[in-house]
Amino acid sequence: MRKNQLQEAARRLTEAERDRQPIKPLTQTYEGLDIPAAYEVQRMVIADRIANGAKVRGHKVGLTAGVMREQFGVSEPDYGVLLDDMFLLEGTEIPAGSLLAPRVEPELAFVLDRPLSGPGVTVADVLRATAFVIPSLEIIDSRIQNWEITVYDSIADNASSARVVLGGTATDISDIDPRLLGVVLRRNGEIAETGATGAALGNPVSAVAWLANKLGEFDVTLEEGAVVLPGSCTRALPVSPGDHVRADFGQIGSVGVVFA
Amino acid sequence: MSSNLQDGTTAVNIHDLASRLIAAEDARTDILPLSYDVELSVDNAYRIQSEVLLTKEERGEHIIGGKLGLTSRAKQIDMNVDNPLYAFVTSGMLHDATTPVNLSRLIHPRVEPEIVFVLKEELSGPGITAGDVLDATSSVCAGLEIIDSRYQAFKFTLQDAVADNASSALFVLGNEFVDPPKDLSLLGCVLEVNGKQVATAAGAAVCGDPAQAVAWMANAAGQRGGSLKPGWLVLSGGLTAAVPLRSGDCISADFSRLGSVSVRAQ
Repeated sequence: MRKNQLQEAARRLTEAERDRQPIKPLTQTYEGLDIPAAYEVQRMVIADRIANGAKVRGHKVGLTAGVMREQFGVSEPDYGVLLDDMFLLEGTEIPAGSLLAPRVEPELAFVLDRPLSGPGVTVADVLRATAFVIPSLEIIDSRIQNWEITVYDSIADNASSARVVLGGTATDISDIDPRLLGVVLRRNGEIAETGATGAALGNPVSAVAWLANKLGEFDVTLEEGAVVLPGSCTRALPVSPGDHVRADFGQIGSVGVVFA
Repeated sequence: MSSNLQDGTTAVNIHDLASRLIAAEDARTDILPLSYDVELSVDNAYRIQSEVLLTKEERGEHIIGGKLGLTSRAKQIDMNVDNPLYAFVTSGMLHDATTPVNLSRLIHPRVEPEIVFVLKEELSGPGITAGDVLDATSSVCAGLEIIDSRYQAFKFTLQDAVADNASSALFVLGNEFVDPPKDLSLLGCVLEVNGKQVATAAGAAVCGDPAQAVAWMANAAGQRGGSLKPGWLVLSGGLTAAVPLRSGDCISADFSRLGSVSVRAQ
């Protein structure tokens, strides 16, 4: 893809999100949207938002479930950037019509107290750099119509990032087994999904290490204070206006979100 | 009690229907669901189940516990039912985890991870709560149940599944027997096939709380004059969808606080 095509693709995604008008899959519009090109489109979308005042507050890892990677025909996860305007306080409602086709994923959020800079970041480095973990909900959304995404569309679209809600409880990671913490996701009070935190790439600590090393390829560092969403503990849960969703992570607390 | 009972307009012969299931298990051949040609009530389905178990007892096995099926809301919605079902496990179903499962003895086995209760007191419904279950429990442990429906392609109604003793075949237990944790619903579980993670779940996948599932069994069995006995095991229901057990497979489940359990097929 030529540079002007990459810029055009980035502009379409930006406008789709701003105008709440989903677009056709980019892969149907552009030939040659491979993984490096898709990350370049993502970088352009994020650079535009930063130029308009947004601040980077962290990253997310996507496609962390083996079945999802098989479905997409890829061997590794993908990532997206979390900007300050995506973070919602628990208790605030997500206004109807502000998202296109939102889905909710419960995640064990990591908060770093020292930077992580790949390559060469190990699981031990991640454990040492983790200030605490927080129960969180990621609200994903696709700017591509009807979620008809390939992995290339997903990467270009910032790994379908939309909103993040962090619960208000911090836990030292050495107090839990980050692989075997049970998670129950309820929609309108009814159990919709259950899972364990190890659903994220086998262990969310590995997902954070993968992210740090992948970002290292682009000379990007995970900064002190960054929030990392390492991948969902369950399948993504579709939601409708009026729904409320709560994820219970047992000993480390719970977190909820309301869709007006 | 007569073994010929009027059920709807069809005369149901409990003994003959139980014999079909026993013959299928003995011959390792799947059959059409009983509901294909007989209209069964739930009560008569439980009578067939009792007859199947009686045959096993006549062959020298004895009942060592209970088990639950259809404990996930998703499965209940799939089958258009509001309740789980219960069945019983016998001494012949307890498999030593250190030896591989002989697949030639089974039809089309599948494996699911379960939280297993070991009872120290009798639970006799009605009126049993999840709290009563925890009080009556000496320990819980990790388990893997090998289910093997006698019906073609695991296709059945609730009544078919009840009659078939909830697809019972074999089960293995983990080595750690622990005091029941306060909140079993948030116990995490990771299921792996040949080292590859295939599913995760929390205890709440079983009727919202595995202790609730055991209470349901005590109450439902109580209505039919049964109870859960001291010393029994209760397999409280699959936490994840069941995965096929194929030749050479090693399937393992890791539970927070309960340790792990695994089973191999030769």
